[in-house]
This record gives sequence, structure tokens and C-alpha cells, in this order.
Amino acid sequence: MTDVTDTENGDRPNDRPKRSRKIDEERRRFLRSIAVGGAVTCVALAGLLQHRLAHAEPRLRPPGSLDEEAFLAACIKCGQCVQVCPIEAIRLGDLDEGLGNGVPYIVARDQACDFSCDATQCILACPTGALSHEIDKKEQVKMGVAKLVEPSACLARQGKGWKGTARGAAFPGVLRYPEVDRWNAQPVAERPYDLALCDLCVRHCPIEGAIALAPLPEDPGSARRTPVVAASCVGCGVCEMMCPSTPVAIRIEVMTTGRQPEGRHA
Amino acid sequence: MRPGFVGRTIDGLGLLFGREPVKPTPEEMTEEARAMHAFKKTPEERKRRKTGIFAEFDDPKHSQKWRIRRWLSIFVVNGIFVASYWTDLQLVEGALTASRVLGFHFADLNSSLQLMLAHKHVVLNLLIGITTVLLIYLAFGGRSFCSWVCPYHPLSEIAEMAHRKLVEKRWVKDHPLDRRLRTVMFGVFALLAFVSGFTLFETISPVGILSRFFTYGTAFALIWIGVLLAIEVFWSRRMWCRYLCPIGLTYGMVGTVTPVRVVHDVTHCFHEGKCRDVCLVPHVLDMTKLGYSSEVRTPIGPDCTRCGMCLDVCPTGALRFDIKGITRAETPAE
Repeated sequence: MTDVTDTENGDRPNDRPKRSRKIDEERRRFLRSIAVGGAVTCVALAGLLQHRLAHAEPRLRPPGSLDEEAFLAACIKCGQCVQVCPIEAIRLGDLDEGLGNGVPYIVARDQACDFSCDATQCILACPTGALSHEIDKKEQVKMGVAKLVEPSACLARQGKGWKGTARGAAFPGVLRYPEVDRWNAQPVAERPYDLALCDLCVRHCPIEGAIALAPLPEDPGSARRTPVVAASCVGCGVCEMMCPSTPVAIRIEVMTTGRQPEGRHA
Repeated sequence: MRPGFVGRTIDGLGLLFGREPVKPTPEEMTEEARAMHAFKKTPEERKRRKTGIFAEFDDPKHSQKWRIRRWLSIFVVNGIFVASYWTDLQLVEGALTASRVLGFHFADLNSSLQLMLAHKHVVLNLLIGITTVLLIYLAFGGRSFCSWVCPYHPLSEIAEMAHRKLVEKRWVKDHPLDRRLRTVMFGVFALLAFVSGFTLFETISPVGILSRFFTYGTAFALIWIGVLLAIEVFWSRRMWCRYLCPIGLTYGMVGTVTPVRVVHDVTHCFHEGKCRDVCLVPHVLDMTKLGYSSEVRTPIGPDCTRCGMCLDVCPTGALRFDIKGITRAETPAE
């Protein structure tokens, strides 16, 4: 550390021959460029780092989406799926989602996909195949699986019915009620119920046989029932949206892989 | 820049990828150009130019014709996306990254490139979209995307005005970067997409961010736009467009051979450099320096964004838009 050993420090201003200002400026410009290029690369990489490290709950993606990693790569972030969805179930991610910036997702509790469009307008709109054209029927979709996450909150399990609208008068969501209108979804807030036993998750499931109410194994003789989800569940989230209890008893467990039909890979 | 199609194209590509312009030797110039340069050095010519330049600087007001047209174009193109969504017109669906225009697929070339490198798979609809957009920009001049469509461009232009005001007051200083950086970043983003399997550039692309914000209201990402603009106001003039944006380089490559370009006519030129002063990519205007043009009429190279800013400030009409094969009927504004 003493000045005697400090011989290789030829960069000390007093030691080196005077460089011209031009060369000095050129060197500074070069270093600045490397710094800026490095910084921008780091910003771009931050999205990847966040994706790899942050264990955020995965988003529910629109019907037909490829497995999560392939989906993030194949999506061109244009939002055409958002535009064609007649019930406006699809939203676009923002920069806080990192790599998911501009990538579509669905918040089932607020507005689930009920296949109002008779399946997969979003898939037809997708220009890159991120929503796979292999799927043309709602039964082939695999976004996730419904799961009874709060059994104690389930009204049917308590043997209770439901009176009134499913989610209150202020709920903005819509749902297709085939008995009212085959094509146009109706506001959920305008449809009151009077049920002896709550079966809203089963009643409105758009996939036949995906969910049913069954007697409780531990209390088979009573009126209490529990929702049982079958393998044919596509994870559209209508049950999650329509569940009247708070906290919500049934939710979609998002699938990040295995979303495509057998024999096809992302 | 050397004369002739081949020399000009090669030199133009060099400039696009970040080489500094080189003054042509007298041997490289055409005979007409040499004669013109000699003529320009005669005392009468010098005097005439001097008078002209003094008149020009006495009255610094200049035309805004091309800026108005350009901003209108950006407003209309981006506005159609928004209007068509909110009124459910379905004229143009999507965002600038990919869209459907009256049912026809359009796909941004750089977004598509990133996607193909990351996903390593391409569907027909995307190929159709790429081809359509490629043909449009082959016809209308490559980087004309930058100044006639890109929504970041006008924001950056306003930031540039602020930056120049601050520089004038000596509150800030411009920090130019090495122009080869853009080529490096193009490679970096392409490599990142290929290796990581994600379109990392799309996450921070100002074009995508702004286009989606207008239509879908995804406002959080505007933070990134704010950061870029702040840097451009206080630190480095038009940093993103000049030194970083791979979209600009992509469209620049497309515009290597295109009929729509700005042409410099040395006959009328005062060589006072106002055009280089306002230009986003002043290296393409190197031939406007006295004795630097190798031809009498030189088409400007592929890095030019066809913004027309130089046409607006040029007092003699030495710089004009030209569509190859079609001569403009308009006479130079004196």
C-alpha cells in the first residue's frame, strides 16, 4: 500500500503522457456505452430473474394456452384475445408481472370464462398459436382444476341453501344462462336465487359432469352435500366466480404444465 | 459514402450497424460531383452561400410541415387501435406488436423475430403477418416505422426539445454513446431470446408498452418509459432510438433497398449543417458537409427514419423526399 510498491499504477494523471482530449472522450464514450448496454440488459434480465425466483401464484391463462413457459415465449403480447372475448374475462399483465408484461390472464373470481362465445374465440384470434389451435371444443381445454380450498366455507357442506344474488348487487361479472339467452351473458347481479341447498358451482358449470354434489362420507344420512370435481374439469373458474360464500370455498388450481391435449407438446 | 448503388448500399449498411462516416476521396467521387465541389469553392459561390446562411440565421423560424404530418400519422395509426377497440369497430385489433387490420394479419418484425428465437416454432398466421408488414416497409422505407408509427418517437422528440433547451442553458450536457451499441444490443436480445426461451426484449419494449397502454390501460409499465425519457432529457439525447432500440435496426435493415427515401442535392446545399443539427441520425447526412458528397444527388441511407425534420429546416430544398422512379413535381422552396 505504500507509494514505493505502487509502480504499476501508470494511470495516475501525473505519470502518464498527456492524452489528447479526443481520445479521452472516445474512451469515456466507450465505457458509457458498455455501462448503458449492461444496464439495459440487466433490466431485461430482471424479468427472467423474477420469473425464476419469485414464487408468485401462477396466473390462470386463457383457454388453449400452451404450458406456461412456452406460452410466455409464444405470446406476442398483442391482446387480440382480450378484444374478442365477449364477456371481457381476459386481462393483460403489466410490468409488475415481469415476463408476464402484456400476457393475458383471467381472474376467475371476478369474471370467469364461461365459454359464452361457444368456445374459443380467443384461440381463433391468437396470431402466434400461444393459444393452441389444436383445441376447438371447450371440453378439450385444460386451464386448471377446481378444488375445494375452504371446505368449512362451503354452504352445501353445512346443509345450507342460498337466497339472493350469488355475489351481491354490486358484482359486475356476467354469466351465460342458457335458459335466459343462449348467446348473451347476463349480469350475475340481476339473477337472484332461492335454493334449499346451495348448488351454484354445479348448476352453472359449463362442462357436463365436471362437478357434482355428493353425500358426505362421514355424514351420509343428512342433507349435507359436498362438491366433487371430476377429471373432466377444464378449470374455467365459473364455480369460483359463482360461489356465494366468503371466503370462496372452491377455487381453480392453475396448471402450468399439461394444458395441451395428449400427444401434443408445446 | 461512395457513389453508385453498390457502394452506397454497402456504406449505408455500415452506418446502420454503427460505423462512422468516412469522407470520400476525390477519386471516389463522380466527375460531376468533383466539378460541383470546385464550383462551390469559387468566391462568387461562397459569397452567395454566406448571404443565404446569414439570412437563414437571422430568421430562425422554419417550416413544421413534416413534423405535423408525421405526428398526425402517429396519432391516427395509434388512435385507430384505441378507437377500434373502444367502439368495437374491429378495424384494427391488437397492438403494434401484432394486429389484425380488417381481418388481415400484421405482425411487428422485431417482436416476431424475438418470438421465433424464443419459441423456436412458427405458425402460418404469424408468417402471413410478418410477410405483410415486411412488404409494407419494403415499399415505404424501413425505418419510416420509427418516425411515422412508433408511439415512443414523439415522446422522445418532446424530451429532445427539453434536452436541447437545458443544453442551451448549460444545465445539462449531452452524453453521446457509441453507435455500435445498438448492433450489440440487437445481438444481445436475440441471443437472450434464443438461450432463455423467453422474449425478454418484449418485456421492456417501449413500442409494446405504449401501444398496450393506449388500448388496454396497462399503466404500470409507463415507469420504464418515464425512466427512458428522463435519461434522454437530462443525460443523453435520444438515447433509446439512437443507441439501443433493436426495432430500429430491424426496420433499418428492411429499408436498405426501398423506393422511399430522402435525397440530397448538393447543387442547392448551403452546407451550414442545420439538417445535421436536428437529425436523429446525423451520420446519414455526412454528405451535406462541404466537399463530402460523392454524387450530385445522393439518396440517404437505411438508418434514416424518413422523419422529414431535415426537410423542414433546409432553407434551399436541397433535401427532398424522393420515390424512386417518380420525380417530385414540386420545385424547391427558395
